[in-house]
Amino acid sequence: MALLEVENLEISIVTGGRWGRLLPVVRGVSFSVEAGRTLGIVGESGCGKSLTALAIMGLLDGPVVRITGGAVRFDGQDLRALDPGDRRAIMGNRMAMIFQEPMTSLNPVYRVGDQIAEALRQHRRMSARQARDRATELLDLVRIPDPARRVDSFPHQMSGGQRQRVMIAMALACDPGLLISDEPTTALDVTVQKGILDLMRDLQGRTGAAIILISHDLGVIAETCDTVAVMYCGRIIEDTDTPRLFAHMSHPYTRGLLASIPAVDRDTEWLEAIPGRVPPVGAALPGCAFHPRCAFAKGPCRDSTPGPTAIAPGHVVRCHFPQEGGA
Amino acid sequence: MTGPLLALRDLRVCFRTGHGGVWGRKPVLRAVDGVSFDINEGETLGLVGESGCGKSTLARALVGLERAAVGEAIFDGRDILKMSPAEFRPLRRDIQMIFQDPFASLNPRLSIGRILAEPLFIHRLARNRAEARAKVAGTLERVGMDPDAIGRFPHEFSGGQRQRIAIARVMILAPRLIIADEPVSALDVSVQARVLNLIRALRRDSGASMLFISHDLGVVRHISDRIVVMQGGRIVEAGDKGRIFDAPQHAYTRRLLASVPRIPARGV
Repeated sequence: MALLEVENLEISIVTGGRWGRLLPVVRGVSFSVEAGRTLGIVGESGCGKSLTALAIMGLLDGPVVRITGGAVRFDGQDLRALDPGDRRAIMGNRMAMIFQEPMTSLNPVYRVGDQIAEALRQHRRMSARQARDRATELLDLVRIPDPARRVDSFPHQMSGGQRQRVMIAMALACDPGLLISDEPTTALDVTVQKGILDLMRDLQGRTGAAIILISHDLGVIAETCDTVAVMYCGRIIEDTDTPRLFAHMSHPYTRGLLASIPAVDRDTEWLEAIPGRVPPVGAALPGCAFHPRCAFAKGPCRDSTPGPTAIAPGHVVRCHFPQEGGA
Repeated sequence: MTGPLLALRDLRVCFRTGHGGVWGRKPVLRAVDGVSFDINEGETLGLVGESGCGKSTLARALVGLERAAVGEAIFDGRDILKMSPAEFRPLRRDIQMIFQDPFASLNPRLSIGRILAEPLFIHRLARNRAEARAKVAGTLERVGMDPDAIGRFPHEFSGGQRQRIAIARVMILAPRLIIADEPVSALDVSVQARVLNLIRALRRDSGASMLFISHDLGVVRHISDRIVVMQGGRIVEAGDKGRIFDAPQHAYTRRLLASVPRIPARGV
């Protein structure tokens, strides 16, 4: 059984006051992750990838954005059905999240050691001294030099890469079985990014954790993930294992995304950019959300939303006319 | 004209940082530490390096935003670093900059029409409002924007559209040298591809030279003719892009290239 199963997840924004209507922004999202495996979720701004992560972590309970359907099962338990106390016992403990911006996600007025220790004190009932020792160990684990001294540093005394390592140490504090990582390296230089991604892979090898890596960077996804889900306008439009995705990319959007990236290893003249732009959030578009920008759109694309279709074992595409053959 | 359009010789920009105690001297940070290179007419030079390597400071020095710059920056035969502000002013038309953040570089209180017309009036390139309006509409069309954008305001546009407006503001002056500091880094990849295509087309049509600064090695390879790699305020390697990317010599360039996540073989 998969460690995490997301089934038919729907997230909506509440618009227009108290009697406002619900505007679904994530629809029909289903995937699962097994222990020791890494799932990549890739897409551009506004596609719903970060909302999906926040929903899994139970961070979307607000009055404006909320889960309006589907199930999130962790280790067989439906997280949405748990009462807040039971849910708190899981979050930050058996499931943890590495947030996007290391510059803003750490509390500037607490020492990093205390921020790492918080989860240990809460979930493991450790004494202050035990928690501090463990925080020092964790800093060492994420390869921060001189951890015994750095445990007393404030976030502003560290570089961006070091702060991201602190974020990872916080998430790892209680040995979570599932780690959700939202753009963990986006703000960092490439050499630092490589260090962080290597570190995450290394730690996964040691702890056997499942990882969900959210990124807009197909290169990062290609190098770190076992399976990939591509999102567009709140839906997963293509979903398969990584080698197959890059060998048999089938959705026109996925192919367009790849063609948009200038290669490092060869010269490119003009980029085959995707025409048009992403429709506004929640736009009520009949048919496939990508059809106005798609070179292969025909009649059915304007009339009906394509359902998930398996074009090969373990390769699901939401498209009426998937592009066959190698990408 | 013979010789390069811009020749930098031993450019240095130093900042005093932190506290040096009551009598002590403050420590000096050499942000740009003796940089020399040429940009030829019609050429695009790519400048790559990681955060803090001095690439943005260098860009700011070239448009007169960094008064602490010393050394020589010979533009069209004259040293711009030795000029008084009054002497430099007419040259601002020839040396224009595209900034990274399209949300910060456009005045939110001005309409797109005024944002684009302002440089025309400052440099006396339009005699009256009708002429300015025609030029603004024409330039908007060149960057792929609807001319009815004239009456609208920056907040009504997406990041990619704003960057097109920022590019229009530069192109309307027909500059000879464009300094582009991470112009596509804030954009999504599909938007980035279209803005890169636009920059390529405008450069080809206008014949302008460009200094293109980016941390993204794929983007730099795509847009540049020659590449300069900076680390710690110095140039560690410079050369034609094919040589830099396919046969890097310096250990830092190699490490930089080895760090870029690779996308598996593709033949779209």
